[in-house]
Formats: sequence, structure tokens, C-alpha cells
Amino acid sequence: MIRKELCKILSQKEIAKDIYELTVAAELVNEITAPGQFVHVRVSGSWDTPLRRPISISSYDKEKFTMIYRKEGRGTKLLAEIGPGRVIDILGPLGNGFPINEVNVGETALLVGGGIGVPPLYELSNQLVAKGVKVIHVLGFQTESAVFYEKEFLKNGETYVVTVDGSYGSKGFVTDVMKRLSFDCIYSCGPTPMLRAIEQGYPDKKVFLSLEERMGCGIGACFACVCKTTDGSSYRKVCSDGPVFRAGEVLI
Amino acid sequence: MSRLDVKIPGLNLKNPIMPASGCFGFGREYSGFYDLSVLGAIMIKATTVEPRFGNPTPRVAETSAGMLNAIGLQNPGLEKVFGEELPWLSQYDVPIIANVAGSLEEDYVTVAKEISQATNVHALELNISCPNVKTGGIAFGTIPEIAKELTRKVKEVSQVPVYVKLSPNVTNIVEMARAVEEGGADGITMINTLVGMRLDLKTGKPILANRTGGLSGPAVKPVAIRMIYEVSQAVSIPIIGMGGITSAEDVIEFFYAGASAVAVGTANFVDPFVCPTIIEELPILLDKLGYEHINECIGRSWK
Repeated sequence: MIRKELCKILSQKEIAKDIYELTVAAELVNEITAPGQFVHVRVSGSWDTPLRRPISISSYDKEKFTMIYRKEGRGTKLLAEIGPGRVIDILGPLGNGFPINEVNVGETALLVGGGIGVPPLYELSNQLVAKGVKVIHVLGFQTESAVFYEKEFLKNGETYVVTVDGSYGSKGFVTDVMKRLSFDCIYSCGPTPMLRAIEQGYPDKKVFLSLEERMGCGIGACFACVCKTTDGSSYRKVCSDGPVFRAGEVLI
Repeated sequence: MSRLDVKIPGLNLKNPIMPASGCFGFGREYSGFYDLSVLGAIMIKATTVEPRFGNPTPRVAETSAGMLNAIGLQNPGLEKVFGEELPWLSQYDVPIIANVAGSLEEDYVTVAKEISQATNVHALELNISCPNVKTGGIAFGTIPEIAKELTRKVKEVSQVPVYVKLSPNVTNIVEMARAVEEGGADGITMINTLVGMRLDLKTGKPILANRTGGLSGPAVKPVAIRMIYEVSQAVSIPIIGMGGITSAEDVIEFFYAGASAVAVGTANFVDPFVCPTIIEELPILLDKLGYEHINECIGRSWK
């Protein structure tokens, strides 16, 4: 069930350049059904920034959850200024997450994240490891200052960091590293060109992709974040049918 | 005694609050938050003869105190709305106002004729003002003679009263209102969104794939108030007002301007509970302002 809750901020810190890690106390964690779900955050009580911001859940327990977002526009700038003890209005959990039952105990899952698409993979990694699945992570960033959570992912398994400019890890794109690895299943979240490359590069693998789109309501009512199914005959809403889709289900 | 009940053609409303078309889908998503029977009515998403996919994405962009949208009338088409969405809504004790859209006159007539036969559809909202479709729509909404003729044609086939939704993107909205009244409209709903645009700072290009979109939200409220103030003095049919309502105070302002009921649009995206919240707050505000019944507020600005 989706809840609208005033959540108290427990901590907020900048963990890389313009990347913020925000943890809130929330009862809505009890409604989370899968890693990869997201919440819709009201960045201020003012109507000057009316629309909520969709932010993925990067980890959670029974009392709190953590989100990681990039400070970029007007809304996320306001959000970054809110300190511990204050409350924020959150709608969630929303959407359908990554299906962890698609990979079996003893198999290997490859988790591929790009930039601000990395965060939801962290909870996914934790849950897959807890289940007994071997995980390999490939994390792509623009540059060294944007890199985050490398240590956290390393605790769960092999982790390769790639930067576009080569200032940290290997230089290039996540797909360059993926070629050298063997695995049974891919879970990915990141920029659309990256997701498209993964979908096209691994037509025979089980692949799950988390999409991003500008949203209005976040619950499926406004039809802002719609994408076409691959055969063009129908559509899916990224917010309520996704954000995670099996590769080949929708046009990306 | 109810202090909020409203009677306008086809609609005996327990209160004057309804979600606006396009901001509430067909109600399913919001039914998870509250009992839809608390609403005065529901204006369902625009329905066309055939299913429509709508415009490419991005379809929305935030603006100061508002948002732009260019959804492009995406909907599952008449057959599915009539056969699935309306029967599903009939479990609730709430009258439905069906928003009717199209590209050609015969499209409007076809949808109006069919959809007005559904038992829970108590009125039609003729959408002659969508700014986001290339043909039809807005042309019907900007030329008085064409609007009048379309209203007349739809009135001939509709089983229920017809409200015409006016566009603010005209030089003289009073002229449009008079034209649809002459065409036989039972009421007016206003305002639809204002055409706007936002540009991306890096690319210099429009953010919306459709380039332009309809501006809604609190930013447009003063425009809506002014237009309702003008139109309500010029016509004798009732007005359902809309445009940036977020609170009970806003509702009273729309009544003062001349509205007899109101619709809440964009605010549903921000707060899914906004409609029931306003319904609960209205009696308290009436007490504070010294009114027995909300009807006493209608047109106070000019009466």
C-alpha cells in the first residue's frame, strides 16, 4: 500500500560532489516489497516547487530508509538544505522493484549502475547476497569526484568502477568492463543510452532495467511517464508498471 | 442540513469539490487513498473515439508555482472507458462528468452520444480547449461560431446536460462563453491550461517533447479568477471553476468570482488527499467567514 507520511530526517550528508545521502525514519518501510522501488518527495511545503521528486530507495530496515540523490535543479537544492530533525512529506513506496527470484542460489548476478542510477542497486545487492546469490558490480561515473559507495558494494562482492574521463578506476563505459565478465543475469539502472546498450548487447541473457522519466503524480494517474511496449501496440507507465522492466518489454 | 450541497444542471452534488479531468485518471489510483464517494463528483480523463497514446516524453515540466503538461489526451478509447472504467466507478456513490474530446465534429458527437448513456455519467464536459493536440481541440475552443455549432451538435445527441470547457488562450473569453450558451450549453467549466514553454539551460531547447504545454497550478489562479468574474456576469448558465485550487480558501475565492462548483487539478499530484482535505475544511472556513451555506458566496465579487 502507498502511504503519504511526514518523515523525520535522521541524517543528511554529501557523499560525493553534489551527491547526497538522506536517511529518514518512516513507517512506510513496512510496505516496501522489493529493492528498486522509489518514493516521491516533496522538497518543501511551498507551492513554489509543487511537483514531488522521484528518488529511489538505496537501503532500508524496519524503521528507516536511505535515499541518494544528485543536487541538480531547484527542488533538489532545497532538499539538500534540510537538516536532521526536520520532517519531509514522502509518498511511497512506489512502483515495482527488481525481481530477486529471477536468479537462483549459487548463480551470479551482474549489477550495473550508471551515476545516480547506482543507489537502488545497493539494496538489491544486499538482498541478493543474503539470499546466497553471487554478485558482481560494475559502477560507472562521469569522473572521480562523482564516485560513491564503492566500499559499500565491495563488501558484497567484486566491484569495478569505471569513469568516462578515466580519473578513477578504468576509463570508458560500463559495457567495456561487462565484456570480460561471466554471469547469469543482469540488473541495471542508469542513463537511457547505457540501458539501451545493455539491452542490445545481451539479447540472450535475463536482463532487468530500471527506467527514469519525468513524473507528475508518481502513482499512475497523470500519464506523464509513459513508454511504448516493444511491439508498439500498448504502453506502460514507468511510475506504476515500472520503473523496473524486463529487457524487451518496453521501447527505450 | 448540508452546507455544501450544490444543484446545477444534471448534478446534485453533496459538495462542490471534484477532481479535474486529466488529473485523476479514472479514479483507480486515488481509490487506494480514500473512499471516492466523499467527492462531489469526478471529472474523468478525456475520452476519444479511438485509444490515443498521446505525445512523446518528456510530457511534464515544473514551473514556479505550477507545471506544464503535454500529455496529448492519452486514453484507452470510448469502448474501454464505457465498458470497463465507468462500470468500475459505479461502485462509488459519486456522479461522473465525462470529458469528451476529439479531432473532428463527428468524433465529439460519437463519444457524447455513447458515453452519455452510462448510468453514472450525469453530465458531459466538452473539451474544446486542449492545447496539446494538433488538430481539432483548440480550434473548436477559439472560434466562437465553431464552438457554438459543436455545442449544438453535441446537445442534440447527449442524454445528459453538457458543460463546455473553455480555453483561456483567447482574446475574449466572454465572447466564447456567450457563443456556447447560445449553442445550448447547460454550463461552463473554466479554465483549461494556458499555453506555455520552458527551455533547457544546457541545450537551449524546449524541455517538453511537444515543445509547448499547458500551464496549470497556483500560478494560473489569478487568471482563472479574473475570467470567471467576467464570464459569470455575462452568461446565465452556471460555472464549474478550476485553475490552481489547493485549499478551502481558494474554493471560496472561486465562488466569490462567480463559480457554483469547483474542480481541483494539479494539487492532486502534490497531495493525493487534497480533495477530501478541502471538503473537511470548508465548513470550518464557512463558520469563520460567517456563511450558513457555500451558495451565499457565489458571485459576491460583483453582486
